[in-house]
Amino acid sequence: MTKFFQLVIAGIEIGSIYALVALAIVIIYASTGLKNLAQGEMAMFSAFIAYQFHAWGLGIWLALILAILTTFVLGMGVQQVVLKPVQDSSLLTVVIVTLGLFLGLNSVAGFIWGYMMLAFPAIFPEGAVEIGSVGISYAAIGVFAVLLACAGALFALFQFTKIGLAMRAVAYNKETSMLVGVQVNRVIMVGFGLAASLGAVGGIFAAPKLFLDPFMMLTVLIYALASAAFGGLDSPLGAVIAGLFIGVIENLAGGYIGFIGSDLKIVVPLVIILGTLLFRPQGLLGRKYIPRV
Amino acid sequence: MSLLEVNNLVAGYGMVQVLNGISLSVEEGEVAVVLGANGAGKTTTLRALTGMIKTSGSVLFEGEEMVGKKTDQIVRHRIAHVPQGRGTVAQMDVDENLELGAYIRSDKAGIAADKQKMFELFPRLAERRKQAAGSLSGGEQQMLAIARALMMSPRLLLLDEPSLGLAPLIIRSVFDTLQQINTEFGTTMLVVEQNANLALGIAKSAFVLETGDIVAGGSAAQIAADDTIRKAYLGI
Repeated sequence: MTKFFQLVIAGIEIGSIYALVALAIVIIYASTGLKNLAQGEMAMFSAFIAYQFHAWGLGIWLALILAILTTFVLGMGVQQVVLKPVQDSSLLTVVIVTLGLFLGLNSVAGFIWGYMMLAFPAIFPEGAVEIGSVGISYAAIGVFAVLLACAGALFALFQFTKIGLAMRAVAYNKETSMLVGVQVNRVIMVGFGLAASLGAVGGIFAAPKLFLDPFMMLTVLIYALASAAFGGLDSPLGAVIAGLFIGVIENLAGGYIGFIGSDLKIVVPLVIILGTLLFRPQGLLGRKYIPRV
Repeated sequence: MSLLEVNNLVAGYGMVQVLNGISLSVEEGEVAVVLGANGAGKTTTLRALTGMIKTSGSVLFEGEEMVGKKTDQIVRHRIAHVPQGRGTVAQMDVDENLELGAYIRSDKAGIAADKQKMFELFPRLAERRKQAAGSLSGGEQQMLAIARALMMSPRLLLLDEPSLGLAPLIIRSVFDTLQQINTEFGTTMLVVEQNANLALGIAKSAFVLETGDIVAGGSAAQIAADDTIRKAYLGI
């Protein structure tokens, strides 16, 4: 049983990262219908920014808060400069543009910080809480707590604030939003900043575990996209549950099924997701879109 | 000076011009209607007024030029627009739609009081406060759309075919309510309608739109009594 719990805990730790990036993808998809393939690379870039602030002598917590705020501004900038012009273009155009953003950010990060793996300082203290024979590392507890805090803050923002009401209205119905006086473009811009910041949280908290290099978020992005699709592309709660689920399943499969090991474990959750989406294309908690006739 | 003065308004979609320079005016406190058949340009007129399509000419609201402004800026002059097909957020509940209607206001007490007023005006909505707008009946959705627009406490209320897709009895009650809103709150309204008889019944002035041009205008009573206009344009 010890092994089982240990694997579940490790799964929740990495799953929290998937969930954070998936949340970012879902927020943007819900408000603009755009699947931002560059979400992972934006998160990687934020982790480098945090690294840089830390290297300049700031404390790690200050460095990461500053990096998240910087990312908020950068996210809004990316939306205004890169994505707004193609907002109403065909799906293919938008996909190509986000792919371009992906490659661009990757190269710029490589150009500035190089392609060597950098060690990111630990954010949480070393050590673990022992419950019986199961050790839960402070890092795992910390990352999970950060996920819960972000999801809770997001929920409060959407449900209890005016800007949250406007963001939901824009996501559902842009015309009505305009007619009640919402500045639709500004709301979308803020949404991008918010999503980029959530991604940044994911990237930064993943960095001590995954090490820092321009490719660190590649697998995370694939899992995050899978989480978003699995949970329902327009459901933040679905993204969180799916992210954690994928993290746990991946670890359990790797730990228990002999031939899978750590090489094939990436495939297991994807197979489950494919199976689910065949029968529930809108994802676990997504809304089924029924067009009016 | 009229509350709304439209002069030589030209508007269309892409290369297609729909309005060929229409002029009309709406006086403070009155109900004005624009009548016309399908494709006459009724919806386009309202969309042009709130800056939702490319427009030229002049739209003076309280003496201020609206042409060239963005929709959210125009709306902030408290011009409420109930578009065709309701104009509520289907996925949000009744309460949230009303909150959203008051988006440009910040007087919390006033908003709460107006919400209460809406529930008195539309008791059906009070019963369905926590229900998603999309799950309401057609008539209830239209009432919610009107209530949402009133939450702005508008200086001018634009209504795009409030009778569309509703059963005759419901249409009757929607128009009764509009009249009640006009008398009780003094809300100025510009209604575009195909249902000429009903619309003329609540209106003070009327305009007849025919393929992008205003072909007749005057008091509602005059238009209703003019046999030529009735036969040629209104089919009644």
